[in-house]
Amino acid sequence: MTKINRRDFGLVVAAAVLLPVATARADNDMEVHIDNFVFAPAELKVKVGTTVTWTNRDDIPHTIVSAGKFRSKTLDTDDKFSFTFTSAGDYKYFCSLHPHMTGMIKVE
Amino acid sequence: MSGHDHGDDGLSRRKVLECMTWAGTGVLWTVTGGVPRSLGIIDSAQAATAPGMTFLQISDSHVGFDKPANPNALGTLEEAVNKINAMPEKPSFMIHTGDITHLSKAAEFDNAERIISQTKLDVHYVPGEHDFIDEEVKLYRERYGRGTKGHGWYSFDAGGVHFIGLVNVVDLKGGGLGNLGAEQLAWLEDDLRGKSKSTPVVLFAHIPLWTVYPQWGWGTEDGARALDYVKGFGSVTVLNGHIHQVMQKVEGNVTFHTARSTAFPQPAPGAAPSPGPMKVEDAKLRAMLGVASINFKQGDQRLAIIDTPLQG
Ligand SMILES: [Cu+2]
Repeated sequence: MTKINRRDFGLVVAAAVLLPVATARADNDMEVHIDNFVFAPAELKVKVGTTVTWTNRDDIPHTIVSAGKFRSKTLDTDDKFSFTFTSAGDYKYFCSLHPHMTGMIKVE
Repeated sequence: MSGHDHGDDGLSRRKVLECMTWAGTGVLWTVTGGVPRSLGIIDSAQAATAPGMTFLQISDSHVGFDKPANPNALGTLEEAVNKINAMPEKPSFMIHTGDITHLSKAAEFDNAERIISQTKLDVHYVPGEHDFIDEEVKLYRERYGRGTKGHGWYSFDAGGVHFIGLVNVVDLKGGGLGNLGAEQLAWLEDDLRGKSKSTPVVLFAHIPLWTVYPQWGWGTEDGARALDYVKGFGSVTVLNGHIHQVMQKVEGNVTFHTARSTAFPQPAPGAAPSPGPMKVEDAKLRAMLGVASINFKQGDQRLAIIDTPLQG
């Protein structure tokens, strides 16, 4: 690691200032990204009450489907889908357009 | 990268390239002596006078796609249609192997229809997964599903050949591949019952019925069941789209052929982190579209991935 230069230091300060707002929102929020036909992270551990938001960053539409639990609309590029997990359990999900794409949310 | 061996594909691809001549936007097929045979893509096929019935295949128009890989998928479809219209002899009909649209929107279906209908050809469609994503999954069926069974499968006879359009983009299971389902397979078995084994059969579907590259979902879970039903037939041709590149395989009496897209290219199996649209230089885009001609050695079991440019 190189030493922190002034510009980086400025960013750290800015981030620190923003932190209270960010945590208030982020405490229960988690993100999953789709890049290159892959859910990342593929497995996520969250607490009951957490809202997970998926963002499709591919140029191809995808969906997020957990049989009997939730089903997103088709997400075009940069579209998002959020789901709040209100009970514990393992939620396996996949993309109904590209079913080899799978992921898991573990809610405890 | 996974441990799959694709090290040889580069070599075989180069070999294949050497004997390729082509340019065009749809595969022209002819039926001679009861056996469908590819004459190659439109431009090269025009030189050969086609004996017997001919038909065309186009695929993966993705009308509505507007990302960097091709900001104007409708425009390249129109170019394909212009080439079809310039053919000296009209084919008997055309097959479209799915992904007519990109997001199953009404306007996308309308635009596709407006352009494709300019060929004045009878077009037999099967849906791709991109044609089945509207909320109620009804736009495709309302437009193309008349007289079809289930989610849109059907058969018809032309030029002494029995054509069967299959749907393998519905009810896909997590972790799985394309899917035909029990109902469709039962129908297929029934449809073939009583047919003379000398009847040439053409199966067409969007996702390959054979396993091309399961890591990218390029195959059909229960495709082998369908192929079982046609095993006894003397000539079987399987046509599909979905992978936006030409592949050809011969297995016994079965010839497999996948078509190019009229919208954007996709990478060869394992050649990129994902099967997503391949961005190529603008000047090279058209060189990656359309459909290649097929030169293959009879009985060669190797998969030939043919990557020849449309334009030099
Ligand atoms: Cu997907």
